Amino acid sequence: MPKTLFDKLWSNHEVTQLADGSSLLYIDRVFMHERTGSIALTSLAENGRQVRNPAHVFCAMDHIIDTFPGRGDQTLMPGGTEFITTTRATTRQAGIRLFDVNDPDQGISHLISAEQGITLPGFTVVCPDSHTCTLGALGAFAWGIGSSDCEQVLATETLRSQKPKQMRVRFDGELNPGVTAKDLILFLISQYGANGGNRMVIEFCGTTIDQLSMEARFTLCNMATEFSAFTALIAPDNTTIDYVRGRTFAPADNHLEASITSWRSLHTEQDATFEQEIVVDVTTIVPMVSWGTSPEHSVRVDAPMPQLDSDSQEAQDKLKAMRYMGFEPGQVLLGTAIQGAFIGSCTNGRLSDLQAAANVLKGRHVDPGVTAICTPGSQQVKRRAEALGLDKVFIAAGFEWREPGCSLCFYAGGEGFSAGQRVMSTTNRNFEGRQGRGARTHIASPIMVAAAAIAGKITDCREFL
Amino acid sequence: MNKFTSHSGIATPMLGDNIDTDQIIPSREMKRVSKVGLADGLFSGQRYLYEGNQKIGANPDFILNQAPYENTSILLSGKNFGCGSSREHAVWALAEYGFKAIIAQSYGEIFFNNALRNGLLPIVLGEAEIAQLAASSSDLTTVTINLRELTVSGNGGSPISFQLETYYQEMLLNGWDFIDLALQFTDQLDDFAKQDRKKRPWAYLSATD
Ligand code: SF4
Repeated sequence: MPKTLFDKLWSNHEVTQLADGSSLLYIDRVFMHERTGSIALTSLAENGRQVRNPAHVFCAMDHIIDTFPGRGDQTLMPGGTEFITTTRATTRQAGIRLFDVNDPDQGISHLISAEQGITLPGFTVVCPDSHTCTLGALGAFAWGIGSSDCEQVLATETLRSQKPKQMRVRFDGELNPGVTAKDLILFLISQYGANGGNRMVIEFCGTTIDQLSMEARFTLCNMATEFSAFTALIAPDNTTIDYVRGRTFAPADNHLEASITSWRSLHTEQDATFEQEIVVDVTTIVPMVSWGTSPEHSVRVDAPMPQLDSDSQEAQDKLKAMRYMGFEPGQVLLGTAIQGAFIGSCTNGRLSDLQAAANVLKGRHVDPGVTAICTPGSQQVKRRAEALGLDKVFIAAGFEWREPGCSLCFYAGGEGFSAGQRVMSTTNRNFEGRQGRGARTHIASPIMVAAAAIAGKITDCREFL
Repeated sequence: MNKFTSHSGIATPMLGDNIDTDQIIPSREMKRVSKVGLADGLFSGQRYLYEGNQKIGANPDFILNQAPYENTSILLSGKNFGCGSSREHAVWALAEYGFKAIIAQSYGEIFFNNALRNGLLPIVLGEAEIAQLAASSSDLTTVTINLRELTVSGNGGSPISFQLETYYQEMLLNGWDFIDLALQFTDQLDDFAKQDRKKRPWAYLSATD
C-alpha cells in the first residue's frame, strides 16, 4: 500500500506492537523547559528513576524567566526563581544540556531545537509543551505531551501510542500582498473550527507550501495545536535540507550524504490515502485578525464579526467571547483602539518576522496610547536582527527591545497587560486572561501588529506596505 | 496510580465548548515546582472576585460556588475540553479539587492523556447524552460511573455506554504504572536501537546508547 510521510515516520520508530494494536515508539529527542521540565525531572528523581539517555535530552529556560535587559534569575512571577534554580540543579544532576538564562544560544525551546539542529527531519521529538508541533515543519514527528508522559520518555526513551488518523491540507496558489503563514493558519482555523484538526496528524502540502521559507513553515505548523491536530508535518525538501545543514547537532560530514538520501525518501507516495483532505485556494485569503477568545474567532481584517441569531451553544460561546472582548455581534474590528502591541513568541519570533515588522515600522512611530514590546525568539535571532540594525528600527519607532523568552505570550514571567487592555499580538492564543487577567488579545501577523501599533488601532496592514 | 473502578457523585454542568487549560488553571496560579497546591487556582479567573489583581472573595455567579455543586466530583462539558497549553497542572488541579471524572464531547489530546495518567477519567459522550445528564444532575442527584462496564447513568436513568481503549481501562482498574509497563520492553528497545543506529548513525549522539 502506498505510504504517507507519517506512515514512514511511524514505522521507522516502532519498537514493538502491543496486543491492543498500539505501538511502543522510540523517541529520538526530548526537549523541556523550566516550567514543566523541572517538574518531570524532580518527580523522576523522587521515584528513584534515572534519565536513560541524557545525551538526547535538552532543556531551555524560556517560560518563566523575565525578558528585561540585564535579567538574572529574579522574575516578576512569585516563586519564579524556584523554577529556574530547580531546573538548573536537576538538569545538571541528570547531565542534560541546558540553554540557561544567559547562554549565547538561549531562546524559546521550539526555536532553538531547530536552530541547533536538535530536531532533524525524520526524528521523533517530544516536549512537554503543546507547540512542539512547530518542529513538524522539518519533516519530524514532533508533538506535545504532559509532564507524566515526559517522565516516561526520560526513563525509557519510549512512548506508547495509538497511531493517529491522518489529514492532508493542501494550500495552492500565490499569496496576496500582506498575507503570511500566520494568515493561512488563522484562515484554516476560522473556516474549519478550533476542533477541525480532529486529533489527526496533518500533512501540509501544495504549491504555496513549496514556496514558503523554513521560518514561515514553522509559523504554519506552530498553530496546528490551535486547530486540535495531533501534530503537523511538512515533507523535507531542498528548503529543509539547506536549513538543517551545518547546524550544531546536524549530521557531520561523514554522515551528510546518507542523511540527505534518507530525508529525501520521507515523502507521501502517490495514491496514498488520508482520512480527510482539505484544499485551500490561498488567492482568496487576505490578512486575518482574531476578534474573540478562541483562534477560530478570526475574520479577514475588513470583515465584520458574526451576527448571532440563535441560542445554540456555539452562539452562546461566541456571545460570551464578545462580551469578554468588549464587542457586539456584527461589529467591525477596523478602527478599534489598542493599548498594547506584542511581537515575539514561538509563532512569530523569528528573524523574518522581525524583518517584516521592521519594514512597516521604519520611519514611523508607535501611537502614544500603545505599549509596544518586541522579544526576539532566541539569542541567535536577536544577534542576527541586531547585525541588520533591526533593533534600532524597533527602538526608534517606540518599541521596547527585549531579551529572548516567551514573555508576554502568556505572562508567566509575571508581567501582563491589565484588565480591559486590548493587545495586538503575534502569539498563538487569544484565550481569556492569556496575556493578563481580563486582558483582550487579538492574534495576527507581525505586519498586522506593527501596523496597528503605528495607527493605535486595528488597521489593515496593506495600507502600510 | 490510584485504582478507579466506579464512582458516584454530583455532576456540574459547564457545557461550553473549548474550555482551555488556561481557564482551568491560569499560569499565574502555578506558583511552585510541584504537582500539589493547585486546587485553589482551579478556574480562578472565574471563581473569584478581584480588585485589580487581588482576589477579594468567591464569585457567587460561578457554578462551583453554588449549592449543591460545591461537593461536585464530575464535570460535564462540551467539545474540546482541556484544549490549549499542555500544562498537566490542569489535571492535577481538577483532581486535587475533588474531580474524579470529566464527561465531554471531545478533549484536547494532551489533556486526555494527562487525565488518564493521573486517574482522572475522561469520558466521551454525545451532546444529547451529556445534556440529559446535565438535566438530571440539576435535581440534586448523582451521576454514576462504572468503569468495568463502561457505563454512565444519571438520576437513576438507564446506563449509557462509553468507549475507552482497553489498555487505559485496565490501567485504571489495576492502578498500573506506565513507566513500569514500558520498562518491560527494554530488550526490544536495545535491539531496535542497535539496528536503527546502523541506518541512522547521525541520530545517535553518544557512543553507548
Ligand atoms: S512562546 Fe508562548 S506558545 Fe510558544 S512556547 Fe512560549 S508560552 Fe508557549
